[in-house]
Amino acid sequence: MTEPIHNEKTFFDGVKDCLPTLFGYISIGFAFGVVGIASHLSTFEIFLLSLLVYAGAAQFIFCGLFVAGTPASAIILTTFIVNLRHFLMALSVAPTFKKDSMLRNVGFGTLLTDETYGVAMTKLAQGQRLSANWMDGLNMTAYLSWIAASVIGAVVGKWIPNPESWGLDFALTAMFVALLILNLQSTPKGKVTHYLLLILYMGIAMFVLMNFLPGHLAVLISTLLVALIGVLTEK
Amino acid sequence: MTTWTMVLLIAACALVTWLPRVIPFILVKSVTLPSFVMRLLAYIPICILSALVFESLFTEGEHMTTVAWLNFGAFIPTLFIALWTKSLSKTVIVGVITMAILRYFFA
Repeated sequence: MTEPIHNEKTFFDGVKDCLPTLFGYISIGFAFGVVGIASHLSTFEIFLLSLLVYAGAAQFIFCGLFVAGTPASAIILTTFIVNLRHFLMALSVAPTFKKDSMLRNVGFGTLLTDETYGVAMTKLAQGQRLSANWMDGLNMTAYLSWIAASVIGAVVGKWIPNPESWGLDFALTAMFVALLILNLQSTPKGKVTHYLLLILYMGIAMFVLMNFLPGHLAVLISTLLVALIGVLTEK
Repeated sequence: MTTWTMVLLIAACALVTWLPRVIPFILVKSVTLPSFVMRLLAYIPICILSALVFESLFTEGEHMTTVAWLNFGAFIPTLFIALWTKSLSKTVIVGVITMAILRYFFA
């Protein structure tokens, strides 16, 4: 890093910072296209889902529910709950862009994903200043590669029986692991133990809650619970 | 053939996904959040990222949560590479390859 820290990050810096996550987006997007075709969706419907819903986990669940003949109301409700975690993410990243216009803020929210959120929060934790152009570069790169990868997956999907056997679905988990480590690495020294303890609590909370709740609800509740513990136990 | 029902269903899913994404941005722009909430939000990244990792390491069992052993097996080298390289792309590639190998032998 040779540039001075007060330099405004450009759109292309955002594109560049998205590149390390692209393998993840492309493999998951591709896998989604293949799964979509296997779930009897058309290429156009797969394209529409990636264009309009743009949320990895929810799109896979959509396929599963659709192929099982689930009523539309249940599909919509499930999608809502699965994606509700974005509310927490948006709330925690939004203050960074308070000075930017309402329209641009709506744009950031529209293209917010787990991964772009992870990248942005990691940069913030490293003490970097984020600009609106940088955020747009990051978001647009992720969005366009997601759409492209899922359409390609849909087109070649007929010849690929099982994307799971390639391990592509694990790209998502691996990305979360890396983002978590990068975030921890930038935590101030005195706080690392506190954070590690919170991660332990997260493990316990998830294990317990997943006994009687679906995973996506367990994610929401344990995040809120442990963040609260974090505030109450900080020094 | 894509039916209108399908288009409407996708549009509805898009709407319920979009609202929780943008409402916080609009909210934060118009009101200043209390400091307690701001302190709580500071813990969200670590909590939510670890929640998403744990979600894939556990399986909602019939009676009890169980460890998803295959994912756990791929998680160990993935974590090691993440700690060692601090690189997103290397971690993802190693994770995917490990998973592919594990599935080839055990699934």
